[in-house]
Amino acid sequence: MHWLIEFTLFTVMIVAALVALGLRNLLAAVVTLNIFSFMVASTMVSLGAIDVAFTEAVVGAGAVGVFNIVAILLTSRKSLD
Amino acid sequence: MTELMENYNGFLVPAISFIQGYYAYLFLLALFTIGLYAMMMKRNLMKKIMGMSFIQSATIMFWIVAAYKEDATVTVYHQPLGLENPDLYLNPLPHTLMLTAIVVAVVTLGLSFALIVAIYRRYQTLDEPLLLERMQ
Repeated sequence: MHWLIEFTLFTVMIVAALVALGLRNLLAAVVTLNIFSFMVASTMVSLGAIDVAFTEAVVGAGAVGVFNIVAILLTSRKSLD
Repeated sequence: MTELMENYNGFLVPAISFIQGYYAYLFLLALFTIGLYAMMMKRNLMKKIMGMSFIQSATIMFWIVAAYKEDATVTVYHQPLGLENPDLYLNPLPHTLMLTAIVVAVVTLGLSFALIVAIYRRYQTLDEPLLLERMQ
């Protein structure tokens, strides 16, 4: 666990989570959620859990993103808060 | 004055070493709190689902951080390290459990998206107060 790399990854993760909750355009929020998910996968690589990391990268940045976009296109793209 | 400095150091040094040792847990606590806030306070149902995914990620990361050992390598057999000393490898059991938890997280997300699409087709909104109004 390299101290500085871990600290940067965790900071970007928290900031991406807060930005995803603050955005009113839901498609932009989904892209920010993908950034969050990729940071989680990178932190897992840094912690030595490589099998969990590539599952999280495939699932978080691929499958969940596609699910999110399909759900948003079937419903509404704007959020009130 | 020196007594004051000693007291100050006596408080500061353990605090800094605590943060250096456990900062990952503090970050994950913040992430869990953000997710809880989003699930309880946000009005849009998509934002609530995002909060749920934050909570799931925080829980999974908690296990991965707890499984970390200093001076240990990944759980793949390496010829020079041998198999005599298991302290040289990380513990693979929490990793395997969290692999299952990630798959379950995807299933819960898919189910909640299906429910959201059904709600939108019936009530034409995802905003919670408006939804409760239209359900009357």
